[in-house]
Amino acid sequence: MIGIEHYLIVAATIFVIGVFGIFLNRKNVIIILMSIELMLVAVNINLVAFSVFLSDLVGQVFALFVLTVAAAEAAIGLAILVCFFRNRSSIAVDDVNLMKG
Amino acid sequence: MNLVELAFYGFSGLAILAALSVVFARNPVHAVLFLILTFISTAGLFVLLGAEFIAMLLIIVYVGAVAVLFLFVVMMLDVDFAEFKAGMARYIPLGLLIGLVLLMVLGAQFVAWETSPDASALRQTETPDATEVQNSVALGRVIYTRYVFGFQTAGLILLVAMIGAIVLTHRRRRGVKRQDILTQIYRDPDASLELRDVEPGRGLK
Repeated sequence: MIGIEHYLIVAATIFVIGVFGIFLNRKNVIIILMSIELMLVAVNINLVAFSVFLSDLVGQVFALFVLTVAAAEAAIGLAILVCFFRNRSSIAVDDVNLMKG
Repeated sequence: MNLVELAFYGFSGLAILAALSVVFARNPVHAVLFLILTFISTAGLFVLLGAEFIAMLLIIVYVGAVAVLFLFVVMMLDVDFAEFKAGMARYIPLGLLIGLVLLMVLGAQFVAWETSPDASALRQTETPDATEVQNSVALGRVIYTRYVFGFQTAGLILLVAMIGAIVLTHRRRRGVKRQDILTQIYRDPDASLELRDVEPGRGLK
């Protein structure tokens, strides 16, 4: 019998892989953005699993909103990346120092 | 092991393996393709859970839009990805340590964990019987009534994201002749016409 714990373990594993990916590829912005997408998907698995096992529909509604925000984030992130690449001809995180922040 | 368990272990194993491949892939195009595989397996898990609408949305929005956007950008930018991998081995111990700690913290919830007896009384919107009301119908009844402001805000966020992406990536090319409507409209006859009295037989110089 597949219980809620099984889904939570899958979600936790994918989330940790996403965090690990950020540390592993900390120079490559594209892989970092993909790792963020992995973490958001893990959060969605948690929301939907709890929504189904507690039979409360609100969790799925919030998963939908997370999906929306993830799509907007990816679009803006990649637009910034394209803009940055045009100015610097590089996407290395180390080169992001135009504003001396 | 029945079919549901088999499907669960298949989809979850595939999702985790594909997620690991995203992180470790040498070629970023392969990383995007593994990301797509992760999303599809997650959609399979959602179908198993009975959340078909979110599953189909995951395939349409994530695989059809977000992942293709990633693929587009990865292929468009001319970047040497091999140099990023050079210093990768240095960060593996730190990343493994943090990942392990995080996994232990997240795993601690499975040691002693139970649903509160009051949980079912606190439900905001109880899921209707799946045999009578389909998942997408039930979701629609909630989204368009209780969460209509959230729904509108989500649409606004997408609009702002779309405008932002266009503004960020739009560039004016130099040396291209383009029509400027306002200068055309505000141009008056004095600037373009000159009236001369021409004497007969002389003509203009």
